[in-house]
Amino acid sequence: MVLIQVIVGGLLLGAIYALFSSGLTLIWGMMNFINFAHGEFVMLGMYVALLVVVWLGGGPAAFGFAAAIALFALGVAVYALLIRHVVRGPMLAQILSSFGLALLLRYTAFWIFSANFVSLPQTSLAGTIAIGGVYLPVAQVVAGLVAVVLTIALHLLLTRSTLGSRLLAVAEDRTAAMLMGIRPDRMQALTWGLSAGAAGIAGALLATAYPWSPSVGETFGLLAFVTVALGGFGSVLGSLYAGLIIGLIEALSAYWLGAIYKDIVVYGLFVALLWLRPQGLMGKA
Amino acid sequence: MRKLLAQPASAQRLSVCLLAVALVLYPLVFSDAFYRDVGVTFLLAAISASAWNIVGGYAGQVSVGHSMFFGLGAYVPLLFYTLWGWPTVAGIPVGILLSVGLAVIIGLPTFRLSGHYFSMATIAVAELIRIFVGTWPLVGGAIGLQGPAMARGWWDLTFRGDLPYYYIFLAVLALVLATTFMLERRRFGYYLRAIKSSARAARSLGVPVRRVKLQALALSAAFTSAAGSLYGVKTGFIDPDSGFGILVSVQMVIFAALGGAGTLFGPLVGALILVPLQTAANTWFGGGGSGATFVIYGGIIVLIARFEPGGLFDLWRRLAPLLRRRAHAA
Repeated sequence: MVLIQVIVGGLLLGAIYALFSSGLTLIWGMMNFINFAHGEFVMLGMYVALLVVVWLGGGPAAFGFAAAIALFALGVAVYALLIRHVVRGPMLAQILSSFGLALLLRYTAFWIFSANFVSLPQTSLAGTIAIGGVYLPVAQVVAGLVAVVLTIALHLLLTRSTLGSRLLAVAEDRTAAMLMGIRPDRMQALTWGLSAGAAGIAGALLATAYPWSPSVGETFGLLAFVTVALGGFGSVLGSLYAGLIIGLIEALSAYWLGAIYKDIVVYGLFVALLWLRPQGLMGKA
Repeated sequence: MRKLLAQPASAQRLSVCLLAVALVLYPLVFSDAFYRDVGVTFLLAAISASAWNIVGGYAGQVSVGHSMFFGLGAYVPLLFYTLWGWPTVAGIPVGILLSVGLAVIIGLPTFRLSGHYFSMATIAVAELIRIFVGTWPLVGGAIGLQGPAMARGWWDLTFRGDLPYYYIFLAVLALVLATTFMLERRRFGYYLRAIKSSARAARSLGVPVRRVKLQALALSAAFTSAAGSLYGVKTGFIDPDSGFGILVSVQMVIFAALGGAGTLFGPLVGALILVPLQTAANTWFGGGGSGATFVIYGGIIVLIARFEPGGLFDLWRRLAPLLRRRAHAA
């Protein structure tokens, strides 16, 4: 029974990993750009949720929405002010831009919110549910399910809608897309907005069930790398599977080996992947 | 025309000589312990940033996890002392060997792929090692390791004042810079620059891209490890964060990028500007200033990436002719 509880808990958390990792894979696939600040976007989503609850007394729907909007705006702003100018420049500038952004966001959060762990006050999602002897917090179940739905929605948006085709067209061939009347800058700003927005909602979902501090951005950023490496760069569906797998691996290694060792197992998996299958599960070689 | 072209070169040689003299005389002029400590910190920063520069600047393979080599270099000498009471100096070459081995393990798979993979792999491996070391009691766990409190001989590299360290560090810095200078002029240096501007073009011209990248990483790892060892024996204490922490890597990147990544003296200039600033910030704000320091670091890195990816050296290269022209006109 405990094992089943661990497995279900791991999968639910993994669904949230999948959601924010799909944002990272989007940027990589569309722009061939690695965003080192992605984990910080998740972390900021968590604080947006906290502020909405504390200041405005908003419920889960309100703070989830607020985190998505706020991070969408931040993503667009980051693209317009910073990324647009470096993305076709030298590699050093690309890596430094998002790496510097990560430091800036992380330590500004330290400065404003202090290094202490915080958690959301009681929300309407308090309490636990029992299904056949497995006890799970309501917040965790809702967050996990919402994350799965949103990740699939993002996948459908990219593969089934006109907007998705436009985004892909820009990624495929900027000039050709421009000749077809698509504005590449606008599409790429939108990509950054979607990516950061996904991270923001994921942050808000995590905030309902887990405590956090400004340093979680680093952990989640690395987790997103591992997820994307496993799922294949540029594949949202791949990161859904990979997120679930990593959530599961994390939960099981924490259960069998102890909580400290779960990071070692996950990062070790990442290094092994780079050796054995760098294109990931779903990616093409 | 020829005279004009020759002028900057001789001016450069002169300024290098002046810098060397200034660095040799500095601790004798400023004999106060505080100033000597700043000098030692500066030299250490310049050594590790210059070592990073070989692979990150010249070859354009941006490592954001060089702390793994620094930490290995710092841990091994102190580990030798703690476990078996061996002289710390014996740990330095072993640290270098291990770092080179680690460099090969990381470089072999990632250098087949685009540069982003290398950056991600370096940050993940550094983090992996930091967490692993923190959970391993044999190497001190989260508490860390201590070096000998009293020197049993010169081979413990434990001195009372900062002066011996200063000159040892200065010698190592000279070694790193001399090696980089020689590489710059050899075929290897041209290979590195070719790979940086376009790995595909370099490969099509017959440059053994993977091997050259690996060699650059191994050399860079060796020097970074040496810098770590020097830090370890000088401080006499090392823990997972001060050895393998992400900020150790960040400092190497930022010093090199501010001065000019891929230039001989860029990292040194970056350290020359930022180390005194950092010391001043720590003195003014106390320990609480460290958070603010990293906000400023992040801001500087973003600004460099956005406006001056070539660093100060590149800016100077563009501004100098303009200033000279203005001076001639006046």
